[in-house]
Amino acid sequence: MDRNNSRRQLAAMKQSLFDQGHLDEQFIQLEELQDDANPNFVEEIVTLYYRDSSRLISSLEQTLERNPLDFNKLDTIMHQFKGSSSSIGAKKVKAESTLIREYCRTGNAEGCRKSFQQMKKEYVALRKRLENYFQLARQAGPMDRASRPK
Amino acid sequence: MNLSNGKGSISTVTSTATMKSGEGSDQFPAGLRVLVVDDDPTCLMILEKMLRTCLYEVTKCNRAETALSLLRENKNGFDIVISDVHMPDMDGFKLLEHIGLEMDLPVIMMSADDGKSVVMKGVTHGACDYLIKPVRIEALKNIWQHVVRKKKNEWKDTEQSGSADEGDRHPKASDDADYSSSANEGNWRNSRKRRDDEEDGDDRDDSSTLKKPRVVWSVELHQQFVAAVDQLGIDNLSKRQTGWIIASRFCRLSIRKYRLYLRRLSGVSQHNNLNNSFLSPQEASFGTISPMNGLDLHTLAAAGQLPAQSLATLQAAGLGRSTVKPGLSMPLMDQRNLFSFENPRLRFGEGQQQLLSSSKPTNLLHGVPTNMEPKQLANLHQSAQSLGNLNMRVTGSATQGNPLLMQMTQSQPRGQMLSENTSPRVPRLPNILGQPTLSNGISDGLLGRNGIASSSRTPSFNPVSQSSSYLNFPMNQSTEMSVSNFPLGSTPGMSSMTTKGSFQPEVNSGIRASAGFPNYDIFNDLHQQKSRDWGMASQGPMYDSSSQANPLHGNIDVSPSVLVQQGYSSTQQQQPGHSRDISLIGKSPFSLGEGLEHSNLQNGGQHFNPLIADSSTRVKSERVPDASSQTNLFPDHYGQEDLMSALLKQQEIGQGENDFDFDGYSLDNIPV
Repeated sequence: MDRNNSRRQLAAMKQSLFDQGHLDEQFIQLEELQDDANPNFVEEIVTLYYRDSSRLISSLEQTLERNPLDFNKLDTIMHQFKGSSSSIGAKKVKAESTLIREYCRTGNAEGCRKSFQQMKKEYVALRKRLENYFQLARQAGPMDRASRPK
Repeated sequence: MNLSNGKGSISTVTSTATMKSGEGSDQFPAGLRVLVVDDDPTCLMILEKMLRTCLYEVTKCNRAETALSLLRENKNGFDIVISDVHMPDMDGFKLLEHIGLEMDLPVIMMSADDGKSVVMKGVTHGACDYLIKPVRIEALKNIWQHVVRKKKNEWKDTEQSGSADEGDRHPKASDDADYSSSANEGNWRNSRKRRDDEEDGDDRDDSSTLKKPRVVWSVELHQQFVAAVDQLGIDNLSKRQTGWIIASRFCRLSIRKYRLYLRRLSGVSQHNNLNNSFLSPQEASFGTISPMNGLDLHTLAAAGQLPAQSLATLQAAGLGRSTVKPGLSMPLMDQRNLFSFENPRLRFGEGQQQLLSSSKPTNLLHGVPTNMEPKQLANLHQSAQSLGNLNMRVTGSATQGNPLLMQMTQSQPRGQMLSENTSPRVPRLPNILGQPTLSNGISDGLLGRNGIASSSRTPSFNPVSQSSSYLNFPMNQSTEMSVSNFPLGSTPGMSSMTTKGSFQPEVNSGIRASAGFPNYDIFNDLHQQKSRDWGMASQGPMYDSSSQANPLHGNIDVSPSVLVQQGYSSTQQQQPGHSRDISLIGKSPFSLGEGLEHSNLQNGGQHFNPLIADSSTRVKSERVPDASSQTNLFPDHYGQEDLMSALLKQQEIGQGENDFDFDGYSLDNIPV
């Protein structure tokens, strides 16, 4: 009962992550890669992502503080950041990243800064959501099989 | 063949491709050995997992440099490479080129960047696929097809090559050369080349043996080649080839040699193989040959066919420039630039540099049979604008040329050079100066490529020593030249090379080294012959080749006024005290070309001698005065017409013969 309950909760949580646009198909891909050999594969990946991307975030912040803004550098870092974000299926973060890169191309420093704040917000929010999700997942025990949200 | 498996597709695959992994054919593509390169740990981990899910054998790597060394250490350890485009230590495209050239593995590029230009870049650099991040497992499940496709293409190549050609070549040599070319060049390049080859037909000697070492086609070379092809255009190439069959053959040979050379240079090429091809045929005969050459030369000289001057000019022009004074070299470079398309000078310089660099391979000098294509020369001369591709191939065959040179100069220093040239390997330095536009009209199609393949064989060298001094001379010069040139040519040339490429790339492969390309280093390393520089004055411009014997300083005087482009006066100081300045104007290039041809002919064998003699004579006639005057710059003296005519003559004379000779050379050169 308890377990079924948490599973339902888990499914709902995941569904909302998708519904609210935090995650995309790629996340499903990751879940599908999860198998007996790597039962916590998705969580490991997400943990790795946040550990690695925090480095990028801080260098992004440093770059954004400078005046005039080094668009090239910003774009390079954003490219990296976008690459990893998209790899875990962080849809909103990726969308904001794309926007920032666009601003870089047009030389819109204000847009860059603004979008970065937005992106960081999404980035942090997703982290929180996913932490909760994984915590619940551990409680629920191994899933039979990741299923696509409907 | 494993129809029993019931998997039709798989069975076919296995039969055609035969997996290196050696896995059961029925299990293919399971066990496909994949190397993943990505600096992003998250992506790397996901990719690894995905690939493992596909049952591939995965090796991951977060740095491009590490990946490259992994690949180099274990040449046959991987079937395919997947690489990120943006990496801090090395651009993914760079890695792609290295892999394409050195290992000839299929490479899949991936990036979050889906811009058309980036994807295009991946394709043009030889990526077999381009995946947009996030990479989906569905895409990875199919990557084995690239491995199969690659192998299939190789097979095709081999088959074609096998049927195609010529008895002229030694089987091994030809194979190597072909192989290298096809393998190294990468897909897109291959397609282009194939076109050329198909047209000519003869050229296509592709490797019949798959196991041969692959030529290392440096990135720079590759870029240059591409640029060159782009500039010239396939049409032009074809024209050239058709129009100038001989020339084209030379070019091809040069290219092949280049490849071989490159292979050698790159650790990739197996020394043994190279040496065998080069040395075995040549070495054995070499000792004997060298004398022969000398004799021939003498005879020729006696006959008057070969004027010493001509030789000198040839040497100067073809081989190189002995020690070129920095200042002089610079000007020359400029003139040379004129020759080259856009960055003629630069290229030229590069070429020279390469030569110079390659000079270490003094061997080249020894064997300096430089095949100068008249056309090219002419083009160069005539069209200062574009530099023809001068491929200076110094091959063992060049020996003949060497003797001539020797005779001419008889500079002791050179002898030293020879002695110094202990390196068995004869690097081929084909300098290709592509001359896009020919002022006289010769030009369009004519891209003469002077392939000077020089193979220096120490053994032979020694005997030759003094006589060989000629060869050395150029070589030596080249070294010095290289230094001076380097800065000049290398910088501009490099950039130009990459973008504009043109023929040079091809040639460059050999030449690039000089240009500061990796090859260079390789050459140097391989040869370790410090003293030898290849002076590639291929273009008629005048190259002064000063024998290593520093005593001989080859001063290259560039006489802008004369041919603007080609007025290079090369002073060869044959003997310590004597410095000969050879100013090659438009004509000079011709002379060079002739000289080269002669050398080639001689090299090629006795057969050619007559031809050579003719060419030499011509050259002599023109140049004699110049040659006679040790240090005279005759920029203006030679009319372009003369040069042209000379070139034409040479071409005429040499073509049939040349072809043969070249082939022979090529084979010899191929030694690798």
